[in-house]
Amino acid sequence: MTEQRLPWSIHENPSLDQWVDFSRSGVARVFSAKVELGQGIVTAIAQIAAEELRLPMSQVVLVSGDTRYCPNESYTVGSMSIEIGGTSVRMACAEARHALVEQAARLLKADLSRITAEGGLILLDGKPSGLDYWQVAAQVDWKRPVTGAIAFTPPQALIGRSVARLDLRSKIAGGGFIHDLEMPGMLHGRVLRPPSYGARLQSLNRSRAEAMAGVVNIWCSGDFVGVCCEREYQAVKALEALRAGAHWLESETGHDARGWKELLPSLRSIDSEAEVGACPASAAGAHRVSAAYSKPPLAHASMAPSCGIASFDDNRLTVWTHSQGVFPLRDALAVALGLTREQIAVIHVQGAGVYGHNGADDAALDAALLARQVPGRAVRVQWSRDDELAWSPLGSPMVVKIDGAITPAGKIAEWTAEIWSGPHGRRPSRGAVNLLGASHVDPPIPFPESYEMLGAFAGGARNSEPAYDLPHRRIVLHSLPGLPFRTSSLRTLGGYANVFATESFIDELALAAGADPVEFRLRHLTDPRARQVIETAARLSQWRPDAERGTGRARGIGFCRYKNTAAYVAVVAEVKVQMEPRVTRAWCAVDAGLAINPDGVVNQIEGGIVQSISWTLKEEAGFDGCRVTTRNWDEYRILRFSEAPELKVELIQRPDCPPLGVGEAAQGPAAAAVANAVARALDLRIRDLPITRARIIAATAGETSP
Amino acid sequence: MGTTHTLRVNGKRHELAVDYDDTPLLYMLRNDLGLKGTRFGCGEGNCGACAVLIDGRAQRSCELPVWSVEGKSITTIEGIGEGLGASGRLHPLQQAFLDFQAGQCGYCLSGIIMTALELIELGGEPSRQKIVEALDRNLCRCGAHARIIAAIEAAWKKSWDEVMGGSTP
Repeated sequence: MTEQRLPWSIHENPSLDQWVDFSRSGVARVFSAKVELGQGIVTAIAQIAAEELRLPMSQVVLVSGDTRYCPNESYTVGSMSIEIGGTSVRMACAEARHALVEQAARLLKADLSRITAEGGLILLDGKPSGLDYWQVAAQVDWKRPVTGAIAFTPPQALIGRSVARLDLRSKIAGGGFIHDLEMPGMLHGRVLRPPSYGARLQSLNRSRAEAMAGVVNIWCSGDFVGVCCEREYQAVKALEALRAGAHWLESETGHDARGWKELLPSLRSIDSEAEVGACPASAAGAHRVSAAYSKPPLAHASMAPSCGIASFDDNRLTVWTHSQGVFPLRDALAVALGLTREQIAVIHVQGAGVYGHNGADDAALDAALLARQVPGRAVRVQWSRDDELAWSPLGSPMVVKIDGAITPAGKIAEWTAEIWSGPHGRRPSRGAVNLLGASHVDPPIPFPESYEMLGAFAGGARNSEPAYDLPHRRIVLHSLPGLPFRTSSLRTLGGYANVFATESFIDELALAAGADPVEFRLRHLTDPRARQVIETAARLSQWRPDAERGTGRARGIGFCRYKNTAAYVAVVAEVKVQMEPRVTRAWCAVDAGLAINPDGVVNQIEGGIVQSISWTLKEEAGFDGCRVTTRNWDEYRILRFSEAPELKVELIQRPDCPPLGVGEAAQGPAAAAVANAVARALDLRIRDLPITRARIIAATAGETSP
Repeated sequence: MGTTHTLRVNGKRHELAVDYDDTPLLYMLRNDLGLKGTRFGCGEGNCGACAVLIDGRAQRSCELPVWSVEGKSITTIEGIGEGLGASGRLHPLQQAFLDFQAGQCGYCLSGIIMTALELIELGGEPSRQKIVEALDRNLCRCGAHARIIAAIEAAWKKSWDEVMGGSTP
């Protein structure tokens, strides 16, 4: 294997001792910066490591997301943890096994071909040699490069088998989250957030809070106000008193958040475009179709408001966080706090489900800022539900306009997609601090202006290029740096809106061509894996090409290959439109290459479909030009148990293909399947999300009015 | 300010001092008794992550002042199985969640399990519809709904079959 083919994580962390350690008898410690977000990654990586080391999973200890011990693999994002993080661990473990076997051969003065390893024992001609990994490990020089040249062991016991999640038992029994950590002498902190973006603190009367029970410290700097108390409810009460004593000056941004389709194209944009294939000079007889779609800002709306814990001892900072990137967070904290990276340890502890860049990093800085005021005592900062919904970065609103043309033979001849989107990648890092508290303290470190240009890192353009065989496509990205609220990474980035738009448009083209949506898709696909997921989803759902339109009940299909490089997913949704549009059933076929943990893949896909249905039918973060207006579960509504569909997911297992990420693979196809089903059920296309009863009524009225 | 209350939690009596009369039960469970399995999700009674059983009824501990549950029997997630250790036995309902891998992040599960437990222990005939109705004020963000409903239904059927004499064709 050549140097270029090493995964990024190995390239950045080339030494074997950065990945594995046998210094503790009886266990192999494996280090990864990929962290558990509720997606099952820790289990899958432990499976990979155990298989490659030929150990039972009980003898593998996975140390994940700790800047003190783990390789710097940056973030856990983009459905790349298995593809890159997992492959890196697999390479490192293959290298480790090889190093151990090689050293054992030397010690046993036997030819390498006679040595194997199983369950931690070194075997000579298949029989115990008297040596085990740990005896041999002491004589291996672990400061050697991971070459990537060692062949993987053929999967036998673990890879490709459904394994119960390692973390789930504890969570079912009542344990398991950062919110539950207790440190000796720990204080409880709360931060008084401004009422809106851009609000400035005019005055603060802190006398009432200062006199309250258990208040240890109140710290105010610029627009940042925090309090530390001995007991948690004391902090809740002290915060109420501080809120009552704070006077803020708020300012309107001048943005009207109603009507994204009108608003977004009117904003200042930084544009880039790419064109592939020749645009036929409007082929004779081609039928032109054009449509514009929109998606509102979405909240992460994690079940647990963010939490951070920090402690300053002897000018060293330790932070416990549920961040997706302990190393980039460490670097951003260093800048924000004026410390060196070496003074800071950042340790990942599992939080509730993470779907992108939420408030985790900000809560970590909050805890650090307050802990600095009370050296020697750990401070735990717990965000409120209001903090989480109002201050976590939002997924950007987007508008996607597509123009296409089909030939008289019913083939797509032209495709131009124009996208308007705020930035999707504003995570904290050394170069861009991007931490909420840092933007409020004096002197502030404001959020830097951010925009995207077409290319691998343009989140707004993710999946804008259809996976179909098109002779021509042109993509234009209008990146909007000036949205009046903070936007950043939310599961799929722009992929959700782009697949919703692309796959809705494919159905519109199919309708114009008088074709069945499934057949129309297959007509434009030669990739056998793409064809197979569509055919499988159609078969599972007993797809009927002749289904009537406008009966109030219908099925729709959506397909994509996430990022055009990850898993293939096709979803069929059945929708019933009565008072509210509702998804009653969904069928899905997924091809994720080699699925390390098949049940884990299915669970992720099921969750992706349901979350996407919630986004598609219900969700919209409100903004009134000054404040975020959706700040509790009554205002920001998500899918309920009574609205959850029955699901059937079929996994197409491909043991000979590399594993492909699935965490974000189903959301786009599910949204499109729902939108296409609604369009068939009503014989009326809704192009603006969420597809609510109000939207349907408005669209119906619009169609019937003169 | 500064009163003492006697609480009966998971079969044990505790004398607890509070600073404020409106201190919610949630904070006492988590911080004073170390029963961290009851989760803070919203503090407004909207999500169900903090549900516990009060005299057998699922209620939201983030909204219940400590004084209001004095003398009542309080059961938390820690009180239904045998705790966190890998060897400790899970309650059959928890075991069903494990068997179905019914969860992703797991944060909502304590409240959902306690809410479902009330339903099962009321003793009626298993019904998917009743499960869905009982859980409708509990939120799950990861989309584990289908597995959660299936796990509860399986545990309820098992419990029902045992009550009815254990014989199913």
